[in-house]
Amino acid sequence: MTVATKERKLTIARAMAEAIAQEMRIDEKVFVMGEDVGTLGGVFGNTRGLHEEFGSVRVRDTPISETAFMGAAVGAASDGMRPIVELMFVDFFGVCFDAIYNLMAKNTYFSGGETPVPVVLMTSTGGGYSDGGQHSQCLHATFAHLPGMKVVAPSNAYDAKGLMTAAIRDNNPVIFMFHKALQGMGWLGTEKDAIVHVPEEAYEVPIGKAAIVREGSDVTIVGITSGVHHGLKAARTLAERGISAEVVDLRSLVPLDRDTVLASVRKTGRLIVVDEDYHSYGMSAEIISSVAEQGVTLKAPPQRVAYPDIPIPFTPVMEQWALPSPEKIIAAFEKMQKMETR
Amino acid sequence: MKPSKEQQLWMYEHMLLSRYFEESIETIYMEGKTPAFNMAKGPIPGEMHLSNGQEPCAVGVCAHLNAADVVTSTHRPHHVAIAKGVDLDRMTAEIFGKKTGLSGGRGGHMHIFDAAVNFSCSGIIAQGMGPAVGAALSRQMQQKDGVAVAFLGEGAANQGAFHETLNLAAVWKLPVVFVIEDNAWGISVSKSASTAIERNSQRAAAYGMPGHFVPGNDPLAVFEAAGEAIERARRGEGPSLIEIETYRLAGHFMGDAEGYRPEGEKDALFAKDPIPKLRAHLHAQYGWTDSDDAALVTRCNARVDSAIAFARDSAYPAPEEAMEKVFV
Repeated sequence: MTVATKERKLTIARAMAEAIAQEMRIDEKVFVMGEDVGTLGGVFGNTRGLHEEFGSVRVRDTPISETAFMGAAVGAASDGMRPIVELMFVDFFGVCFDAIYNLMAKNTYFSGGETPVPVVLMTSTGGGYSDGGQHSQCLHATFAHLPGMKVVAPSNAYDAKGLMTAAIRDNNPVIFMFHKALQGMGWLGTEKDAIVHVPEEAYEVPIGKAAIVREGSDVTIVGITSGVHHGLKAARTLAERGISAEVVDLRSLVPLDRDTVLASVRKTGRLIVVDEDYHSYGMSAEIISSVAEQGVTLKAPPQRVAYPDIPIPFTPVMEQWALPSPEKIIAAFEKMQKMETR
Repeated sequence: MKPSKEQQLWMYEHMLLSRYFEESIETIYMEGKTPAFNMAKGPIPGEMHLSNGQEPCAVGVCAHLNAADVVTSTHRPHHVAIAKGVDLDRMTAEIFGKKTGLSGGRGGHMHIFDAAVNFSCSGIIAQGMGPAVGAALSRQMQQKDGVAVAFLGEGAANQGAFHETLNLAAVWKLPVVFVIEDNAWGISVSKSASTAIERNSQRAAAYGMPGHFVPGNDPLAVFEAAGEAIERARRGEGPSLIEIETYRLAGHFMGDAEGYRPEGEKDALFAKDPIPKLRAHLHAQYGWTDSDDAALVTRCNARVDSAIAFARDSAYPAPEEAMEKVFV
């Protein structure tokens, strides 16, 4: 890689805030509301600097009344505004889920397409911090399962900025899920690979388009957010053993880029899906089904590396044991090899 | 503020329109509902919540509104939709599940959307309150004309959304009015069994906004209270809560045996029907004659009949159109 000139490495948090600021400058209909998005700049840093630049009318702190402000986002979007709403933890969505999946996701359909609902809903996902079972979930599939919302989940700062810009400009509700471990907030630890060069000018990463983040020929590892980084680490270890792993970053769950996954699996003949969301009924099942339905010939049974079907435990020894990891991906690959030669 | 003669006639006309619409729906709904009340069958499939009896709430409030103002209504939406000026032909076609319906049959009777007059409704208790608050926020931020009105039932006052949105509207001083249509029954549970206080309008005090109670299912009194609240909102002075004593002459939904009603309640309600009452008032106040009345009734009925004919004559959508309009 030769990007010697003008390398500008940003964290995902800063990339998100930059995209929002740029869109707010060109479109006065864009505004931000949520808990602690104002002077604090968002608990995860996504709205840093916005309050200073745009003031408390366009960057407004809300009461801790999620049903009210989520419903209000729907009403404001239906009336011509383009709200960006943050609800800190995806685990909290239960208190206002009705406004999300019954209003935000359905009003466009109920109106026969006459009433767009251009909301961007930002929320954090993921665990690993002993924050307990109500602050550590991913719930990717929960949102991807319900029609009417686009769902994106970046793994690096470049994608985060481009997906945020695309989400703000989209006329549909977009759930923007960011993983805490990738935000670049010191207190959450930092995944260095998530901090990448981010162009200063505005650009879009198209929603619904996956990326091949590492090319390979022996096995396809599919993931989003943290799963991509586990996949990349596993791929590096596998490479030392002479195995060439291709890593696919889905980036979007809805729409889902099945074509990129299929093309990769057709090439490698082996599939591992990595998801920090719960094991059963999840994204991993969806990817494997999509491949199976197309009758792709596999050299070994596909595997999923996901969070077990348990609430997230508190104590680090339990939580770290349960989380997906590069080691688990390698173990899954070894299992596939055994089944292949049997 | 008192309604002018023209405003009173407008309210009366829209009460008549709504009433005849509901009566027509009531009759047609039962067509083909066999075997034994098969809800999915007949020209009007699905659940049906009639609003006859509650017309004063709709006309008394909507008399102050124009197309730019935003209204969110409930699962019992027809009277409000008619008073707000929703396209009657397309609304009727929507209820019939036809292609010419407001959403081409995707929404149905509980999900009526007419962007041309900023009307929407939803099937879940208190759900429309957030969107109304959001529309009001949008108007405030854009310094654009228009208020938002959220209609809700008395049962919604016990929902979290009620308290959250009242607080949010008050803290942001939004141009929104919350209108409780208290018909005394949440399906089969009486208000006295579900609500700790007698008057939901008192709850306004908890959020620092005016609370009005309008007794007697009286459209003229609703007009006055709503006028005050809507003017306050238009002046930028913030939200208000209005509680209207009303009643439904029908059950919660069509097919409701209404076994929960105390003996004689229904007869007493019909004796207090607000439509003959307003007619008598117009007669006493403005010399409204029987022939004036007959002409208006004929005109309203013809309007409804023509909407129903439009709905009946319209084609069903192609089934695969179900796949469209998820995203725009």
